[in-house]
Amino acid sequence: MQDFADAFALAWQLIRSGDPDLWAIVLLSLQVSLSAVALACLIGLPLGAVVGAFRFPGRGLLGVVFNALMGLPPVVVGLMLYLLLSRAGPLGELGLLYTPSAMVLAQTVLVTPIVAALCRQVVEDLHHEYDEQLRSLGVGRLGTLTTLLWDARYSLLTTALAGFGRAIAEVGAVIIVGGNINHVTRVMTTTIALETSKGNLALALALGLILISLALIVNGAVMGLRHTARGAAYA
Amino acid sequence: MLELGLGAALDCTRVMFPLRAEQLVYEVRGRRLVDGLSLTVDGGSLQVILGPNGAGKSLSLRLLHGLLRPTGGRVLWGGREADSGVRRRQAMVFQRPVLLRRSAAANIRYALGLRPLPREMRRQRLDELLALAGLESLAHQPARKLSGGEQQRLALARALALSPEILFLDEPTASLDPASTLAIEALIRQAHGGGTTVVLVTHDLGQARRLAEQVVFLHRGRVAESAPAGRFFEAPASPEAQAFLAGRIVV
Repeated sequence: MQDFADAFALAWQLIRSGDPDLWAIVLLSLQVSLSAVALACLIGLPLGAVVGAFRFPGRGLLGVVFNALMGLPPVVVGLMLYLLLSRAGPLGELGLLYTPSAMVLAQTVLVTPIVAALCRQVVEDLHHEYDEQLRSLGVGRLGTLTTLLWDARYSLLTTALAGFGRAIAEVGAVIIVGGNINHVTRVMTTTIALETSKGNLALALALGLILISLALIVNGAVMGLRHTARGAAYA
Repeated sequence: MLELGLGAALDCTRVMFPLRAEQLVYEVRGRRLVDGLSLTVDGGSLQVILGPNGAGKSLSLRLLHGLLRPTGGRVLWGGREADSGVRRRQAMVFQRPVLLRRSAAANIRYALGLRPLPREMRRQRLDELLALAGLESLAHQPARKLSGGEQQRLALARALALSPEILFLDEPTASLDPASTLAIEALIRQAHGGGTTVVLVTHDLGQARRLAEQVVFLHRGRVAESAPAGRFFEAPASPEAQAFLAGRIVV
């Protein structure tokens, strides 16, 4: 129990001292995960909206696939990408393995199904409400999509948040394709894993505390925004 | 002022009227909800579709507007089936207004953006329509925070933003108080006065009396009677309409 308290004290000291290595790791984590979420939204939102709003053959199947992929094991995604990106792999030429780009790619693969699946549900519900009105106004397909996405904007923020939560907390994929190289591809989760195994609990705990604080702050911000939006009946 | 801004890009040369429904049938899972409905709407008229609940009024309106595809029969505009040009010259107001999750002004701006209009003209039309609906002071309020009557006035103003030649209204005042109902009726009259053909569905006898030029009385998915308003209310010919007017429940 003494260890635990010591670790906490050390962790707090580390955070307060503004250790540059620590903050570099935090910054890279944010960079990688935010990039991945942005990319995932770019792909997942239109995809989810199309499946949510339009009827076409294979629509139901796509919905099932999105939902199934939500639970994709990160290590498996890491392994697949590793095979693709390794020297001998089909994308080996790009030289992406063990770079932050590879980590962004891995997290994008993990987050896109989450964004698409949640977006599909949100858009489907909204489309149910808007369908007749938009058809009566003579809005085309593209117009319908953009209208639904815009009017669901606050709900979709929660969707992006769920994606961010998954990305920032995941360790399996980034440790395989990133390699946890100091000052290059070391992020919070991989450092926690490494330092714990080395017995360096203070650093691990410090990062753990920062990780949880970040999650709280981001969640709080989004909740606040949604609350304002609900006040205006926009959400 | 409502005719302003009918875009030149629209095919306005095609004759829309008369709008004619021929033997329309609409079935859901073998149940025939609209059963051989035929009616004619002349350009410039104000037609009220009247009838008890479940007579198929709303369905008929959706069939005419093209929101539903009939199981049988057809809808002809000036003798031909609707094309995209004809569809863009209609508008509809629903019983429960479906407003976008934006401000009141943005809801109208949205509809104005669906038609080719110069930017300047668009701003002017927005102001006109807000004034018409009496919503100037509420322009920047979230649309879905407005009262029921304000919401319906906004929905009507948004429909008029399309400069429709024909306006369909599905029980637009069914859940409104008397003052709001009168405001909506004034707007309908004004649009009609501006040359817009109006087809209004209602089960409210008072409203039908106040507005109708022509009445189509529906019963069990069929036209039981179609007559000029004066004659219909004075001397209804069909037993169903007689019973309905006498306040007896028609099923």
